[in-house]
Amino acid sequence: MRHLLSAADLSLAETSAILDLAEEMAQVQARPVKKLPALRGRTVVNLFFEDSTRTRSSFELAGKWLSADVINVSAKGSSVSKGESLRDTVLTVAAMGVDALVIRHGASGAPGQAAQWVDAHVLNAGDGTHEHPTQALLDAFTLRRHFRTTEPDLDTFAGKRVVIAGDVTHSRVARSNVLLLQTLGADVTLVAPPTLMPSGVETWPVTTSSDFDAVLPEADAVMMLRVQRERMSGGYFPTPREYTVGYGLTRARLASMRPGSAICHPGPMNRGLEISADAADAASSLILDQVAAGVAVRMSVLYQLLGGEDAPATPRGDL
Amino acid sequence: MPDVLVTGADLLGAGRADLLLRDGRFADPATAGPDVERVDADGLVALPGLVDLHTHLREPGREDAETVASGTDAAARGGFTAVLAMANTNPVTDTAEAAEHVAALGRRDGHAQVVPVGAISKGLAGAELAELGLMARSSAGVRVFSDDGHCVTDARLMRRALEYVRAFDGVIAQHAQDPRLAGPDACCHEGELSGRLGLPGWPAVAESTVVARDVQLAALTRSRLHVCHVSTAETVDVLRWAKARGVDVTAEVAPHHLLLTTAEVAGYDPTYKVNPPLRPDEHVAALREALADGTLDVVATDHAPHARHDKEHAFADAAPGMLGLETALAVVLETMVLPGRLGWGDVAQRMSAVPARIARLTGQGRPLAVGEPANLTLVDPAARAVVDRAGSASLSRNNPWHGRDLPDPVVATFWAGRATYRRA
Ligand SMILES: [Zn+2]
Repeated sequence: MRHLLSAADLSLAETSAILDLAEEMAQVQARPVKKLPALRGRTVVNLFFEDSTRTRSSFELAGKWLSADVINVSAKGSSVSKGESLRDTVLTVAAMGVDALVIRHGASGAPGQAAQWVDAHVLNAGDGTHEHPTQALLDAFTLRRHFRTTEPDLDTFAGKRVVIAGDVTHSRVARSNVLLLQTLGADVTLVAPPTLMPSGVETWPVTTSSDFDAVLPEADAVMMLRVQRERMSGGYFPTPREYTVGYGLTRARLASMRPGSAICHPGPMNRGLEISADAADAASSLILDQVAAGVAVRMSVLYQLLGGEDAPATPRGDL
Repeated sequence: MPDVLVTGADLLGAGRADLLLRDGRFADPATAGPDVERVDADGLVALPGLVDLHTHLREPGREDAETVASGTDAAARGGFTAVLAMANTNPVTDTAEAAEHVAALGRRDGHAQVVPVGAISKGLAGAELAELGLMARSSAGVRVFSDDGHCVTDARLMRRALEYVRAFDGVIAQHAQDPRLAGPDACCHEGELSGRLGLPGWPAVAESTVVARDVQLAALTRSRLHVCHVSTAETVDVLRWAKARGVDVTAEVAPHHLLLTTAEVAGYDPTYKVNPPLRPDEHVAALREALADGTLDVVATDHAPHARHDKEHAFADAAPGMLGLETALAVVLETMVLPGRLGWGDVAQRMSAVPARIARLTGQGRPLAVGEPANLTLVDPAARAVVDRAGSASLSRNNPWHGRDLPDPVVATFWAGRATYRRA
């Protein structure tokens, strides 16, 4: 694996390998001394053009527990406003002798563009409204564990119904999950008001619905998407109240869910808007498991990218 | 300047003939003297010098991206003898003085005639009319007014502009983009690809709804409207409707919208970021059909040079625009002439005579006839080449055709009898 830019880059075999290794990494996480020598001498840079304490900390811990040298570079305030191009910023950082660049950017496609400019491995830590592949991996890891409590031999998600509900249009989490869940064989249903359903969704490998109540009782898992505050003033729906009535995981909807059906949310949650406190704190809620899974999954991904190599990568200045 | 005798050129299907260029005009070939410079045009097509209604020269203000000298050099290589220089420079061409400055730069540095386009509104802000009359009556003789880069969204301002320019036979050239439907972030045709890539969508109707309003305002004011860079099938429908009702509306299409599609954007390469954006196949097909049947009157390049560092950003953050002057005729050949949709006479209309008429340029777009200004482009219809952006005369390299095998038609360009480009 050269880069991880999209969940579509991962085959079923690669996905399973990442999830299996993440299980081992999770064992390390449970130890009093959380350190493996696997990436000693390797340098990983978290290059964040957009703030995200949660994701950055998760990648930072993942690198450190594998003994890599981890540096955080905040390039916030966008390279555009500073007058430096994305290419210059990325080349400058890569020129320090970096083995992997973990890139978070507010614009879709930025990590993929960066991957064309440098020799370092590039890992997409969330790009605009495009993708967030490690989030999809940690969601898959969490769901697999959940499903395995009743089906210990479960390998793929064939026959499982997953509902993804909320602002699909602007959700990189939704895009990556749709792709990875397809690879894993799940049946995916997207639920959103038509204003928050992406254009061209009819070509996606999913079922779509604007009727949450109709699809929720059939779900083996429901992933709630965060509603961004700016969507409320953007005219995508009339009022928060109406959104909650139509698309929130309310107490009543929680009661309609199939027993054992899981609840996920990528966080941070708007309690009372897209998810009720009852649902967030329900026994079937995997929301904290998702956070915990983040480090193990990112350790696994970093190891897959960097583990088997000898010579450190060098930046490439041409093109 | 010695006389030039062009021998054996194909004059737009009127048969092979000789052309004598003397003192800036075409003269009777029979009067050629013995010391005339001879150009063998056997197998070449002679076109009147091309006129581009929509060029961004970047000077004044962004001379690192393009200058009048470099931009018109590119124009000459593309077969153009006149370019209309868009007003969104720094400072904006919104006063008589600014227009005269651009015209003077053209006289000093130009490898083609440089005609300034005046802004419609002060500072392109869309709030108050710029001094349209003073620009028209200045020595620059501005006739085309455009806030290109910005849409005139205020319907009342648009109405007033259309009404006002009737006094001096001006034309209002609209960049049609409803900013509420396709805002400043919009950078990809709204459809399957924008949804998949997570790029802010630019729906086709953001163009056509503005054009629908504008043609009705043009009808109301009995004024001349020109629609810049039409990119959608819906706009073509509106234009057909308007023309059938006798509205005085003309429209242009850019070469990249005739050949490239949204699919180019899949790799997030900012070279393919352009405004309006590349559209899917069905729009491209509709544009070709409309150019063939005359619903789209002219091809205009929307030549938009950008310095490398303005393109080397994330796709959504990069400057929109592509180079176009050097390759426009090649793309028209590839998409329209070689497939039999247009003949050479049609090309002369759509790339020379009609744009000159829209801009009221009396010395351009004229027939290849004795006594007319000697603006001439010699074309090899058979030549092809792989485009190399390094070989461009433009100071910029945002060339969407780089690496593509295309016709390589322009052999020589003469502006007012003087060679501004000769293929080596
Ligand atoms: Zn424009």
